[in-house]
Amino acid sequence: MRLVAIGLAAGVFSAFFGVGGGIVAVPLLILGAAFPERVATATSLMAISITATAGVIVFALRGQVDVGYAALVGVPAAVGALGGAALQQRIRTSTLTYGFAALLTALGVWLLVT
Amino acid sequence: MSVWTIVLAVFLGVSAGMLSGLFGVGGGILFVPTLVALGLGQLEAQGTSLLAILPTVVAGTLTQRHYGNLRVRSAVVVGLASVIGVEVSARLVTHVPEHLLRKLFGLLLFVVAAQLAVRTSRHRPRYPESP
Repeated sequence: MRLVAIGLAAGVFSAFFGVGGGIVAVPLLILGAAFPERVATATSLMAISITATAGVIVFALRGQVDVGYAALVGVPAAVGALGGAALQQRIRTSTLTYGFAALLTALGVWLLVT
Repeated sequence: MSVWTIVLAVFLGVSAGMLSGLFGVGGGILFVPTLVALGLGQLEAQGTSLLAILPTVVAGTLTQRHYGNLRVRSAVVVGLASVIGVEVSARLVTHVPEHLLRKLFGLLLFVVAAQLAVRTSRHRPRYPESP
């Protein structure tokens, strides 16, 4: 039942922002369903594949999906995902995380001021 | 599209993928601003982001399965429940003006950045052992 609630929340978030919903699913799986962090990460990824498929269908029906642009960012990302998962098993990732946090903050500022 | 744009798109794409593999997210948090920077409208960027997420999460899921971290049944329950949320929200979002959506997304980026920083600072040696 908790998992259903987590899924609902992730789905609403996903279609509203065009993201996978992992941002809400991972913390909820850890805090709400007592998943260990890595298990939450992995389970979230698989759940997102279902969430994003549903979202793509809805947006594509409205003509709001550009396949070429999706490939331009999606293919490098798939490569990065393989690298990221391998990195996760090997190194301490705090520096990398703070780098990401800085990158996201910069993009946030850009979206707000332009 | 200039060479510089392509380089930027590829750089942000790889970053999104790494973020995805590390934190179990789809990477959309980086795809959407990247696609907006490439000139797509906010809603089109969001729809396109959802498609770009697919290869990323499939790659991530396969790797995580290999490491034995995946709970398939739970993932299916969460995923199927999310479809209902998607249906509702995808309808709702068309009523939000795109410029407002863009600002909300900017705020979301701050929240996620803070979340990443907090998660990392809380348990410093996050991945001490390999399974």
